Amino acid sequence: MNDFIPKFDFQHVFVAPWTTEITDNIWVALMGFLVTTACGLVGNYLILRRMALVGDAISHSVLPGLAIAFLVSNSRSSTAMFLGALAAGIVTTVIIEIIHKKSRVKQDSAIGIAFTSLFAIGVILVSLYASKVDLDQECVLYGEIGFVHLGEFTKVSDFLPGAAKEGTADATPGTLAALGNIPLGPPPVVRMAFVTLLTFLLIAVFYKELLVSSFDPGLASSLGINATLVHYALMCWLSVVVVSAFESVGAILVIAMLILPGATASLLSHRLPIMLFLTVLHAAFSSVLGIHLARTLECSTAAAMVVMATVLFTLAWIFSPSEGLVRRCFRSRLEEPSSVLPDSKAA
Amino acid sequence: MNYHSRFTIHHSSFWWLLLLFLPLTAYADKIGDVSDTSMLEQAVRFFTFRDPAVRYALIGSILLGISCGLLGSFIVVRKMALVGDALSHAVLPGVALGFLWSIAKNPLSPKDPLVIFIGATIAGLVGTTVVGLIKQTTRLKEDTALGMVLAAFFSVGICLVTMIQRLPTGNKSGLDKFLFGQAAAISASDVTLMTIVTVLAVVIITVFYKEFLVTSFDAGFARASGFPAQLIHHALMLLLAFAVVIALQAVGVVLVSAMLIIPAAAAYLLTDRMSRMLLLSAVFGMAAGSAGAFLSFLGNNLPTGPFMVLGATAVFILAFLLGPRHGVVVRWWRQRSRAKRVQRENSLKSIYHVWEAREFKGEGVSLSELAERRRETIEEAKSQATELSRYHLATLHEDGNMIFLTPEGWQRACSIVRNHRLWELYLTNAAQIAADHVHEDAEKIEHVLGEEVVRQLERRLDYATKDPHGRLIPSLSDVRKGTAPSARPEESIGYGRRL
Repeated sequence: MNDFIPKFDFQHVFVAPWTTEITDNIWVALMGFLVTTACGLVGNYLILRRMALVGDAISHSVLPGLAIAFLVSNSRSSTAMFLGALAAGIVTTVIIEIIHKKSRVKQDSAIGIAFTSLFAIGVILVSLYASKVDLDQECVLYGEIGFVHLGEFTKVSDFLPGAAKEGTADATPGTLAALGNIPLGPPPVVRMAFVTLLTFLLIAVFYKELLVSSFDPGLASSLGINATLVHYALMCWLSVVVVSAFESVGAILVIAMLILPGATASLLSHRLPIMLFLTVLHAAFSSVLGIHLARTLECSTAAAMVVMATVLFTLAWIFSPSEGLVRRCFRSRLEEPSSVLPDSKAA
Repeated sequence: MNYHSRFTIHHSSFWWLLLLFLPLTAYADKIGDVSDTSMLEQAVRFFTFRDPAVRYALIGSILLGISCGLLGSFIVVRKMALVGDALSHAVLPGVALGFLWSIAKNPLSPKDPLVIFIGATIAGLVGTTVVGLIKQTTRLKEDTALGMVLAAFFSVGICLVTMIQRLPTGNKSGLDKFLFGQAAAISASDVTLMTIVTVLAVVIITVFYKEFLVTSFDAGFARASGFPAQLIHHALMLLLAFAVVIALQAVGVVLVSAMLIIPAAAAYLLTDRMSRMLLLSAVFGMAAGSAGAFLSFLGNNLPTGPFMVLGATAVFILAFLLGPRHGVVVRWWRQRSRAKRVQRENSLKSIYHVWEAREFKGEGVSLSELAERRRETIEEAKSQATELSRYHLATLHEDGNMIFLTPEGWQRACSIVRNHRLWELYLTNAAQIAADHVHEDAEKIEHVLGEEVVRQLERRLDYATKDPHGRLIPSLSDVRKGTAPSARPEESIGYGRRL
């Protein structure tokens, strides 16, 4: 029983991650930040569109897509994984639509039916072909962000076509070859960084379309924005983000990464640009604090990051300047007399 | 190689025969842990029920199917399906704390079902309360609140689970079986608890059936007539938490919500009555539960939950496609046969029109006349004529170029034309629609008017004989006698207006 909560060691929890063990922890922290940022940015739009639970559904149903992609391609290549996840995301959206439109089952039940069935298929595939599919049940549930720094680092040259081949490497000038050998980071982190950057880019480019179609679909269609297209594009991008986050945080904690940053931000601000900024800030705080919590309790790092994200949400819920619980409590006390006053005057 | 594998099967079946005669307790260890067994052998083992583990697993799956099916029906009709999802994920920290408590109590057998039950129920109820609080005190919508609570509680649970698995006793305690479920891990005390909860759920739902029914379908009416709606809501949440918690061992935290939603949704597709829906849903839950337990027994160490869920999904797909009233295939078939009937009736009407233009002279109508009338090719007219003769509404003569209506076909043609013209007249007379605008509407309605409505129309139109375009309306007696309508001494177009 005494081993359950490890003895608190300040050096181990707060100093070591940033001094002696910085080479490992920096990647874990970066990965956590990237995952939470990418998911949180997409999640903001899900919350605005009241589709938070569709995010839940897609994050579950990515699993069979991944498992089938593994089995078919027999490799762990990113292309196969992304294709599998994309297909799974679209299939989920379509199944929900079909059940909802073609029968009298309501949308919430349709979501519940679609994702649990797909997830069940995924779990069965994973446990039947455990040796072939490079996934296990633990990974499905809470990922392995703690091991993200292990393995060969991706080099710059991996992204230069032709440079990877031995023959052409000699032909390239010396400086380029030296540049090609710079290690960028562990492959999952590099992949996630790409996805996060692309997320930023897509939101920047399609900012207006997303904004208008999220808040006022009627206005969007009168402006000539195809709301259905935006919907499916968002779902596709959601699947891409979810699948790149899947490996490190698993299927269920992804939901937290999708919803919590946006929910926290929406308690603190009513303006979308500020909300997006707060999402990034929330991501940074929760990933760093999560590492410390995981080291304190010696538990799963991904889960600890989500717990810290929850703590940040709770703080925002209680102390939000505009609508926190504290503010609410004071307002009801301060404003009650003022709302009574006109009545008493009138009387 | 071949010889070797045959030998293994023979060898294990020998042991199987031997064990039949041994005391049954010899098989008390978990089925999932037994290695080198063939599928057939596992199936035999399952169906003979000699193994207590199998019996517990099967009884447990049936019980959880009943309780989840009953309570799932209520959350499906209340549109709260995803509350079940959030609730089922939110119980994980409670399960973990319950585990911790039972480890502290008795480190040797760290699985006390009652303690885990209490912990999980409390966690689930706290979760649903937090959802309610977030909804009340913030601008966040219900879906966001549900997703957040689900993920936040689950992450706390995962933290605790990974911490417990670090402990020397925790690692082999079977806590991981709670995530995806393992029916083989159900013990005798689990079954006792499941029985108590299921009986409780059945009794409460039977006794307070009316209250549950009214608050589910018409909350406003329930409050107005003095039902304690809030209390019933909380009672439902409590029962739901119970149902989720007893299902955990077999289905697992991640997929419990499916056992709530899917059987109930399948039942919802098949019936309109709540009592029948409850019954069907419980039956589907039972079927899915036992099928899942069976399938996961066939392989070694396969999780049970996903198989149960797929069993339930199979039932749902069948109901979705083949449901007698709402099934997709059935609806498609009904629509198709209706479309064909409309087409036949339109052909009959065209034949009537052609014949009417000739003032009902001659015996039949030629294909070319029909095709001209309908602005179609001869081939299309011919296929329609064959269709009519297939239904004995017409006969084809002169190498299929002449269509003679049978008495039955003539009656149908008359009644369709009668429907059409009466409706046109009704629209012009009663709804004041211009006579040249009523045709389209009558084209649609002529196929659906019943005999009773038509007679009512006739009465309201004072047994008019001519439609707004001045053509004769076949009367009931014409339809009966199978004769062509003839002009009568006093002609009218309704409401006593004489021509």
